[in-house]
Amino acid sequence: MQQAIQLNNVSKEFNDFKAVDGISFEVNEGDIYGFLGPNGSGKSTSLRMIMGLIKPTSGEIKLFGLSLADHRREIMQKVGCIIEKPDFYGYLNAKENLTLCARASGIKYTQGQYNDLFQLVGLAGREHDKVKTYSHGMKQRLGLAQTLIHDPSLIILDEPNTGLDPQGIIDLRNLILTLNKERGKTILLSSHILSEVQEICNAMIVINKGKTVVQGNVADLLSHETLHVTLEINNTPHSINTLHTSIYNQHIIKESDQIFQLMLSKNQIPTLISTLTQQGVEIMRIDYRNQLEEYFLKITNA
Amino acid sequence: MGGFGAILKNELYKTIRRPRSFIGFVVILFICLMLQGAFYHDGKELISFVTQQFESVFNIQGNVLNGNLICFIILQTLIVQMPLLVALVTGDLVSGETASGTLRFLLTRSASRTQIVLAKWLSGLFYTLLLLLLLGIMALFVSHWIFGSGDLMSLNSEGLTVIRADDINWRWGYSFLIAFLSLSVVASLATMLSCIMDNSITPIVTVMAIIIIFTIVGMFDLPSFDVIKPFLFTTHMIAWKNLFEDPVPVNDILFSVGILMVHIVLFLSISVYYFNRKDITT
Repeated sequence: MQQAIQLNNVSKEFNDFKAVDGISFEVNEGDIYGFLGPNGSGKSTSLRMIMGLIKPTSGEIKLFGLSLADHRREIMQKVGCIIEKPDFYGYLNAKENLTLCARASGIKYTQGQYNDLFQLVGLAGREHDKVKTYSHGMKQRLGLAQTLIHDPSLIILDEPNTGLDPQGIIDLRNLILTLNKERGKTILLSSHILSEVQEICNAMIVINKGKTVVQGNVADLLSHETLHVTLEINNTPHSINTLHTSIYNQHIIKESDQIFQLMLSKNQIPTLISTLTQQGVEIMRIDYRNQLEEYFLKITNA
Repeated sequence: MGGFGAILKNELYKTIRRPRSFIGFVVILFICLMLQGAFYHDGKELISFVTQQFESVFNIQGNVLNGNLICFIILQTLIVQMPLLVALVTGDLVSGETASGTLRFLLTRSASRTQIVLAKWLSGLFYTLLLLLLLGIMALFVSHWIFGSGDLMSLNSEGLTVIRADDINWRWGYSFLIAFLSLSVVASLATMLSCIMDNSITPIVTVMAIIIIFTIVGMFDLPSFDVIKPFLFTTHMIAWKNLFEDPVPVNDILFSVGILMVHIVLFLSISVYYFNRKDITT
């Protein structure tokens, strides 16, 4: 499988500060990668280096097997991105902004193509409004249109959910999945909404303090991970005793009255519920922190 | 994909659509109409006051307050203000986009950074040309329409020079070309500072500060200043006035043109060099 992105020992220093410290990772073509890291981990700097906005101090960046330093022009024809947040010429309307974008990308768009694109990102009917009147969510949508206008093979999205309403988040999720599954686009998605990343991405890269912490298939990485489960049962001696005498007693890490904190694997949860209910324990509440959240906090705080 | 022509077209489109671009046109229209109106009402009194001192020596006949004189006065007045109007737009070309974030969009397309700077610089020159064309139309053609034609009486440090009306059109043509070259230096300086700085106001203010400092240096006949004066672009920004001397000091004009062109090449080269190495962190 060809790699859409390849970073080999890439570093970036700003004066005395090392923002990225010998980072290396690969993004395979056709996958959706989550690009995760806490604030200040070097995520934005890495994305900017991949897009040629920042020059690395050392190391090599390759996209589609070509060195970014030597083949920038060919590479940029295949890449679309939203870095940080999409920005536009506020004194122009949405269509004029996209026309500038299309022209800069060397393509001519017909009215029909513009209509399709505005429809796709949910801005149909607002294309002649000045962008300065747009909400943040609408700008995000227009940013997506800008990203897709030249039909790139690789799409890099930095916090694309920011400012989107719930429907917008669902639309974006569906759009990303459609672009990947139906059009074969490779997607690198940077987001702090880890549940979203877990739902969309099949692979992920986690960086921290300018270094790659982990890279791999999401399912594989999380398969051995336990979840932080909160269980609330009815406050009777029978219920509490039942839990303490069950096989789940060894998984309890904290308890307070009828509320228990347990560390369990995801597939243990249905068994826990059925075991307790069969023995007459009333379960008032059971929830668990997102598995990826758990994993992310563990590896970035290590 | 994304050739230089397309990038240039985008830049020209943005330049003419930006609200800020229209400030220059409005200011030029206002100043020209204000001066023309004032001279239309009070110009004869002013001219007779000025020519009084020559009437014992010369026999002054004909229409002294004519379109050529008004154009000369307007050009002399506005050439000091025009750099501000040029810097207002060109000082913002790169830094404005850096500050607003749209530079990220430009730099993640296939055009090279050199192409982007050159396109922006050319669009700045195009805007400068538009300003000068408006000035030319207002100062020369509208003044001729209002005041008629006639010989130009030009008073300078050497004395009084009279340029015959039938010998003046080529002088106007070349003087506007030199004025364009002078303002192109300002546009190039503003573009250079715009590449270096990340906010839109500082390059504009810096351009004006540089012009003010250089102009002050040029005003004083001090030996230490005299050494650097010939190499300051502000010294040569008024080279167009040499065209209204008789005989025309061709060598002085060519020297000024050379100095102005060296400045343009220098500022543009620094712009390209710096912009190609700049990290876009905004």
